Amino acid sequence: MEIFLQQLINGITLGSIYGLIAIGYTMVFGIIGMVNFAHGDVFMVSAFIAMIFFLLFTTVLGISSVIVALILVMLIAMFLTGLLNWAIERVAYRPLRGSFRLAPLISAIGMSIVLSNFIQVAQGPRNKPLPPVLSGTITLMERNNFAATISYKQILIWVVTAVLLAGFWYVVQKTPLGRAQRACEQDRKMAALLGVNVDRTISLTFVMGAALAAVAGTLYLTYYGVVNFSDGFTPGVKAFTAAVLGGIGSLPGAVLGGLLIGLIETFWSGYFSIDYKDVAAFSILAIVLIFMPQGLLGRPEVEKV
Amino acid sequence: MTMTVELDVVVEQPRRWALDPVLSVEHVSMRFGGLVAVNDLSFQAGRGDITALIGPNGAGKTTVFNCITGFYKPTQGMLNLRHASGDTFLLERMPDHKISAKARVARTFQNIRLFSGMTILENLLVAQHNPLMLASGMTILGVLGLPGYKRAEKEAIEKAKFWLEKTGLTARADDPAGDLPYGAQRRLEIARAMCTEPQLLCLDEPAAGLNPRESAELNTLLLDIRAMGQTSLLLIEHDMSVVMEISDHVVVLEYGVKISDGTPDEVRNDPRVIAAYLGVDDDEVAEVEEVLDDISEETAR
Amino acid sequence: MAPGIATNGPGSSPGAAIRDAILAGVIALGIFGPLVGLKTEQNMQNELIITTRWGTVAIIVAIVIFGRFLLTTTIWPAIARRKASDAGPSRTSVAVKAGIARWFPPVGLVFLFVYPAIVVGLLGFQGSLKWVDNFGIQILIYVMLGWGLNIVVGLAGLLDLGYVAFYAVGAYAYALLATHFGLSFWILLPLAGILAALWGIMLGFPVLRLRGDYLAIVTLAFGEIIRLVLINFRELTNGSAGISSIPKITFFGLYSFDISAPNYVAKVFDLPMSSAYYKIFLYYLILLLALLTAFVTIRLRKLPVGRAWEALREDEIACRSLGINTTNTKLTAFALGAMFGGFAGSFFAARQGFVSPESFTFMESAVIVAIVVLGGMGSMIGVALAAVAMIGGTEILRELDFLKAVFGEGFDPDQYRMLFFGLAMVLVMIWKPRGFVSAREPTVFLTERKSISGSLVKEGHG
Repeated sequence: MEIFLQQLINGITLGSIYGLIAIGYTMVFGIIGMVNFAHGDVFMVSAFIAMIFFLLFTTVLGISSVIVALILVMLIAMFLTGLLNWAIERVAYRPLRGSFRLAPLISAIGMSIVLSNFIQVAQGPRNKPLPPVLSGTITLMERNNFAATISYKQILIWVVTAVLLAGFWYVVQKTPLGRAQRACEQDRKMAALLGVNVDRTISLTFVMGAALAAVAGTLYLTYYGVVNFSDGFTPGVKAFTAAVLGGIGSLPGAVLGGLLIGLIETFWSGYFSIDYKDVAAFSILAIVLIFMPQGLLGRPEVEKV
Repeated sequence: MTMTVELDVVVEQPRRWALDPVLSVEHVSMRFGGLVAVNDLSFQAGRGDITALIGPNGAGKTTVFNCITGFYKPTQGMLNLRHASGDTFLLERMPDHKISAKARVARTFQNIRLFSGMTILENLLVAQHNPLMLASGMTILGVLGLPGYKRAEKEAIEKAKFWLEKTGLTARADDPAGDLPYGAQRRLEIARAMCTEPQLLCLDEPAAGLNPRESAELNTLLLDIRAMGQTSLLLIEHDMSVVMEISDHVVVLEYGVKISDGTPDEVRNDPRVIAAYLGVDDDEVAEVEEVLDDISEETAR
Repeated sequence: MAPGIATNGPGSSPGAAIRDAILAGVIALGIFGPLVGLKTEQNMQNELIITTRWGTVAIIVAIVIFGRFLLTTTIWPAIARRKASDAGPSRTSVAVKAGIARWFPPVGLVFLFVYPAIVVGLLGFQGSLKWVDNFGIQILIYVMLGWGLNIVVGLAGLLDLGYVAFYAVGAYAYALLATHFGLSFWILLPLAGILAALWGIMLGFPVLRLRGDYLAIVTLAFGEIIRLVLINFRELTNGSAGISSIPKITFFGLYSFDISAPNYVAKVFDLPMSSAYYKIFLYYLILLLALLTAFVTIRLRKLPVGRAWEALREDEIACRSLGINTTNTKLTAFALGAMFGGFAGSFFAARQGFVSPESFTFMESAVIVAIVVLGGMGSMIGVALAAVAMIGGTEILRELDFLKAVFGEGFDPDQYRMLFFGLAMVLVMIWKPRGFVSAREPTVFLTERKSISGSLVKEGHG
């Protein structure tokens, strides 16, 4: 029971991070039908930005309150990562819109290579460890020397994710921007004819996806306390798996998928073998795509003859 | 005595197309979620006939075609295809490619589906895939360059040339199909379907978008195909001049239900057909179609 | 495409161009400022500290401002003008292109066969090592992989992002069977190919009904699963440590390239000892394997199965209406592509003498797919050119030692290899979204062979 509870807590934490990244995949896929391969690396870059500014604030500027530092870092990371993704879309994807369908995918793969190697060159190939922050825990249950605990960091991740998702949900459902996004998703040409600025809407979609990835990046950094230039690929693929599992194009689906992938991964590691936890995640991706390509909350694709 | 007289009145003479049907559609229904696109449809297409399937937009004509050619599995009912040799095929039980390869049903598409990046000749050779595949020894003999395949390919090119001649495309044989003007693309699609040597050729709006001259050429081509005697035709068409001029038998659908079935003259004078076509304005028909499309998309979700 | 970019630019007024360039500079400052300007390093206590590099940031921002200004004022208008002025390719340029298309393959082929002789002639046996191995063999492996994947991606239009899995199957098949059972390369080469093809069928069967990007992602997942199994199934594969001392290939069992063997080639022919013989032998071996791939592909394109692949790429539904069994057609493409990947894999294992899961990451798959797409899907020449440009180009970076003089001793050009590779992928896609050679050659003709413009050729649904 304690082990179960512990894995549940860890799984939800991990799942929150995956869910935040997955939204970026699912929104971009929804609006321009493209798998934004570089999104995992955008997440990694955001974690680096967070790491750099955290260090700047705590060691150079001497901000002593960790919470204040973290909030500032998160806001800066959201802004700069949004800027980065805006620039990437502008340079690498927009010129290819409406051309050969594989071109944006290849361009995105190229961008993914550029981002991870750029960070390797600019910041070095070694792990970047931060001193532990918010290291306290609350014990929930204890028996036979095994305690199920929830750490302050985990609480922070849950709270931040919940608040941001609520805000994000409001933007997509209630604001003109959200309406424009949903219109572009349905029919880009028609939306343009009705006066929606499609290019701007797509740009803002990339910015929003990146901002959420930056939140995930900051939380990832606080949770694990370490980041490396190669940390984009695996979380990226897992978040994409989450988006597909939930039904690509569906925002609640992305969050649900993220939580499920997080839970599956932690329970698999807890009860079976930690070696094969990534194999489990990838197998789920394959199985879902083969047997349930519309995902849990997605819409089925109808073949038109 | 009087009773038998009454019976004589009730029992109709079997129609000509029911005597030797190439295709019998029996009680076919197709549902998409809650929407009934085709409801308990039965009709027969006679061997050697040109049978036309007409009806207002959204009446379910293309759905019937998709059931016949295996792209949809009908929810209920039977589709029985009989060759001149007597072989019969239950189309609703066969995967789409087998319907073409074994039951020998070929089709064209409402929105033309050519291999646009391949030349016209290549399009016609792809249509002869299965016999050529056998001739190439399932590829193995072909890779080794054995002469048997060369001969088969030569024959296939001869057959392609025959249909190029028939459709007036010989001069453009080496051009990409995507470069052809619209009318020629329609003809090429028919030529490509004919290269599979079908028993039944299903044409989905072959005259759509054609000018009057092209339309007349199409009529000639279709009558020519019928005259060759190997292939029966089933066509969906909106252009009544084509339908009335060339078809032997017309089946009318409305909202997925058959409302009339007979010779062109009978159908033309059927009050239900007149009501279906004239009872509502064209604009309203278009509106109805949109609504139906929306419903079908909604329900498909 | 160029007018599309031109309309993004801020018109022709110099003031607007300057404002636009400065805006680009501000954005560059925002992005590169923290990531380049604030370098984090670990000090002696293993704590992260920040060192600043504002000079580098200033250079980058200046390059962005100047580059953006040049683009909007000079380059895009020039491209737009050229687009507007030539209505179509001129007659001479068509003739030149046709001439190149005719003469390039035979001339290139002759060059490939005499290449080792040229290098040995110029640099001697010892000096030739690097050029035959790093450039010749390395590029040819990617040419072969590109041609193998071209069957799947370029002809059948199925985007396979896990091709490296079959390369791995071939490599491990040779490594394991050669080290455990001492079987010869010449037996294991076909066996590795068959094994890879079987894996191709096994993985392909469930996934080939998927459409679009989904197929790409599932193949990526399979590629990763195979790599992770290679890492974790330590009993068989020795995990991340890999398998070493894989035996060398012999000259059909007649001569050996192993110095200790009695039939060592230098002993038999009384030559001075050198490892160059083995490299030259490997060069010709991979050249022949690549040419085999090309030969089979060219033959298959003219057979019904090859035409069915291309038809499948153009329109799958039409294929089904013509009686083509699309599942089998896709499977043959998948299996054949996998087989050539398997051949290349077993060659790779023999050449390296060592395999580990490190060599079969997703990045390898991405590089191979990039070569196929950059080359122009379906074009053999294009794929070969792309392999030379991308692999050769990044190999050359290793050689640019003079850059150290420019950027200082700590500068290691090798680090920038993949960075430039990624940049090149993006730039080539923007410049030529259909790759270097986009025109398609028809497989058969009645009166005249005409190339088909790339804009008509579809890219498949996968």
